[in-house]
Amino acid sequence: MTDALHTQTAHETHDALKNGSLKATDLIDAQLAHIQSTDNSIQAYTEVWEEHAKERAADIDAEFSKGNDPGVLAGIPVGLKDNLCTTIGTTGCSSKILKDFRSPYDATVVKKLRDAGAVFTGKLNMDEFAMGSSTENSSVKPTKNPWNLKCVPGGSSGGAAASVAAHEAFLTLGSDTGGSIRQPAAFCGCVGLKPTYGRVSRFGVVAFASSLDQIGPFSRDVEDCATILEVISGKDPMDATSADLPVPKYRDEIKKDINGLKIGLPKEFYTDALNDEMREKIMTAVDVLKAQGAEVVDVSLPHLDYGIAVYYIIATAEASANLARFDGVRYGFRHPDATDVKEMYTMSKSEGFGKEVQRRIMLGTYVLSSGYYDAYYLKAQKVRALIRKDFDDAFEKCDIIVTPTTPSAAFEFGAKTDNPLEMYLNDVYTNTVNLAGVPGISVPCGFTNDNLPAGLQIIGKPFGESELLRTAYAYEQNRGFEMGIPPIA
Amino acid sequence: MEFEPVIGMEVHVEINTKSKVFCACANDFHAPPNTNVCPICLGMPGVLPVMNREMVNKSVAVGLALNCEISRWSKMDRKNYFYPDQSKNYQISQYDLPLCHDGYLDYEFEGGMKRAGITRAHIEEDTARNNHTLGTKESGVDFNRCGVSLLEIVTEPDLRSADETYAFLNALKQILEYLDVSDCNMEEGSLRAEPNISIRPVGQEEFGTKTEVKNVASFSGVQKSIEFEVKRQAKVLNEGGTLTQETRGWDADKGTTVAQRSKESAHDYRYFPEPDLVPIVVDEAWEKTVYDSLPELPLAKKQRFQADYELTEYDAGVVTATMPMADYYETTIKAGAPNKLAANWITGDFQALLSENKTAIGESKIKPEHIASMIGLIEDGTISGKIAKDLIVDMFESGKEPKTLVEEKGLVQISDTGELEGIIQEILDANPGPVEDYRAGKKQAKGFLVGQSMKATKGKANPKVVQEILGKLLDS
Repeated sequence: MTDALHTQTAHETHDALKNGSLKATDLIDAQLAHIQSTDNSIQAYTEVWEEHAKERAADIDAEFSKGNDPGVLAGIPVGLKDNLCTTIGTTGCSSKILKDFRSPYDATVVKKLRDAGAVFTGKLNMDEFAMGSSTENSSVKPTKNPWNLKCVPGGSSGGAAASVAAHEAFLTLGSDTGGSIRQPAAFCGCVGLKPTYGRVSRFGVVAFASSLDQIGPFSRDVEDCATILEVISGKDPMDATSADLPVPKYRDEIKKDINGLKIGLPKEFYTDALNDEMREKIMTAVDVLKAQGAEVVDVSLPHLDYGIAVYYIIATAEASANLARFDGVRYGFRHPDATDVKEMYTMSKSEGFGKEVQRRIMLGTYVLSSGYYDAYYLKAQKVRALIRKDFDDAFEKCDIIVTPTTPSAAFEFGAKTDNPLEMYLNDVYTNTVNLAGVPGISVPCGFTNDNLPAGLQIIGKPFGESELLRTAYAYEQNRGFEMGIPPIA
Repeated sequence: MEFEPVIGMEVHVEINTKSKVFCACANDFHAPPNTNVCPICLGMPGVLPVMNREMVNKSVAVGLALNCEISRWSKMDRKNYFYPDQSKNYQISQYDLPLCHDGYLDYEFEGGMKRAGITRAHIEEDTARNNHTLGTKESGVDFNRCGVSLLEIVTEPDLRSADETYAFLNALKQILEYLDVSDCNMEEGSLRAEPNISIRPVGQEEFGTKTEVKNVASFSGVQKSIEFEVKRQAKVLNEGGTLTQETRGWDADKGTTVAQRSKESAHDYRYFPEPDLVPIVVDEAWEKTVYDSLPELPLAKKQRFQADYELTEYDAGVVTATMPMADYYETTIKAGAPNKLAANWITGDFQALLSENKTAIGESKIKPEHIASMIGLIEDGTISGKIAKDLIVDMFESGKEPKTLVEEKGLVQISDTGELEGIIQEILDANPGPVEDYRAGKKQAKGFLVGQSMKATKGKANPKVVQEILGKLLDS
């Protein structure tokens, strides 16, 4: 029994911990043993906190034995993307420039998870500074897709997705700036949610693009996603952009029915660019939702085509400023051969940042430059407003929007590394969701002929996580197949 | 050719909010290096700024005092440039939508009134301080000042001379002090004033090429740097040369400006809206709350003092120089002191004691009521004005009521005619020479006899009564 402990969902496990049939220490031992046996192949973790996790689990057991309930995630092994600041271990953003960096403070989400009793397992690999769609941009190592080790896990939260899929953690947190949670969730066959901008505090996520970044969870089922979302949501006085709105009981909300729910299918997503296999998966999923009483309506998001361009202007502009602080002055990598300030800047950055990060910093610097600002940044902001309006208009006609998460399933290592633009196009279905600030989730909707997972994206109204999760849950409970366990796990 | 100077000012004021502008660190950079710092002002990975509401309040107060429009909606922007005194390599500032704009300041100059337009006043964060004097090849950075609340006030190019600029700056400083938003200490950098200077032929409307002068540590330095720049620019033009738009540094020791950076090599700051902060929304109600809390401003107070207390312009100016001084004066009047005498004593002996002892008016042991009762003692003849000059020193040191001191030290004036007649008769008897002289018509000999009488009574004799008695005895 013990060796299968790690394959349960968090909500099942929590019940066992609460009624005393399971010890958190046994659970974490099983979890750590599994990480030991699989992560050499998956390479999801940049750091495993064995000692810390065991101590935490012992504390949780002590609480339970006193008759206390230390929280909804008490004893649950949870992993963290390497761009979430933790006072435990290092926070390296899978970058050479922050290698071995120890944060002096914990991210708000980390505090909230700890308060809910979570047992942290360690830090998870990612594309450097969350820039990428395959985790190939990690300066640490490549993470493999648990369903096929020749394939990428997606990115940038590749480690967070792969570890949940490979049962190396029950839950993980990632960050999503243009699809960095949903796309790897789709590639790895797990549930991944990007909440509404402002739903979850960004304090302590190392910023990539501040107006787009949002922290969100990976889980093996929708109920776990609802559970952890409830824990991490809410107004944070440390984040001025976090919303001062009540946090619904998502775990109760998901169990309500979706009878009469209007599902919008935006025609711009269902073009020739979408491969037939993927289209068929999505349509089958739509039928499942219809069978649950949902109605389907046609909607339009006419500015979808501009999404990639707008995204890569705004995100890189913000990134060029956000990453300016990594200069070798106060922390992080400082080139040992630099002899003056200018050299310290240029040499530290040139060697500390990888190629993709450098490319985006340069792009962002360019679009903000005097003489180009109006043509690029300002225009992109205007189109962003149009994209936002597209979603507002669509949500006049429907309650929820359903699309594929990605145009195709996971690709092989190296397939897109020579052509950045092709890599960028992986975000085509996800990044407008960030530009509009609305919530989006990816739920597994079957396997391709190559036995790779496909993802169904469900997009909600601003702060409409309840409807979104309810739809995802209704689908998951009625989709008529089990995701099963990847061969490696 | 005769030229007219055209001057505009950029003034940075450190606002005395309790905490820094975007984090909870104490707003005090005098502490040991890097002790008032936190992950936020150090620009650690993942941190976010949160706007200090007290900073918005105080900035709106300054804006209203400078007759500005307060933006109902304004935003913060990122100003990008690399320098080790910045923890993020961008400064959070305001670019195209400042909190306060389109105001003016009326100030007194050479007996008349002048007006300088206020283009804008915007919120930003101060930078750290680099230290190149560690004695090693490294430089140090002290981040205590990084993130300190800063308000930048920019004027229109409305000032026409170094002296006018000096008067303007003093009026501005006085307002900031009245609002109690800054200690305005230029030497410590809590107020930094940078003039933009150009000249144009008298009568020409078009502006000339301007230079901006930095590193000025006092208002008189600003004045001198303007005088220097105006002469330098005129010399260049008179010699047929052309001026370059540039930043120049003031060398206080040499009294000259030195070219630092030309416009061509100026930074491209790549401003863009700060995505980590929400817009600053100051609605009418908020603005009104701040407006209602504004104190009476220096110029209005001075004019009121002239009218209500019938003070001369000079006295009113001195008494209203600072708000604590003006409050002190008004409390003294309320305690019953006559207007003019109170002004004399406060601006004279009292002010001298304060500055000799480097005591702030609020910390003085002499309370306004003490000044009033001391003047009362002079008025009712209990003590002489001469005695009062010594008495106020005792009051300053001991903090005791003047009446108590007068009793303790036996300073009560002798006005008793019988007692004084006896003493004076003895003096006349002891000084037959001067008495003879007086009676022979040398009237000034009487002064000597008065002095002797005062000396004999240790200054306590009522001088008026002494005069009367002497007159009676000598002329009889």
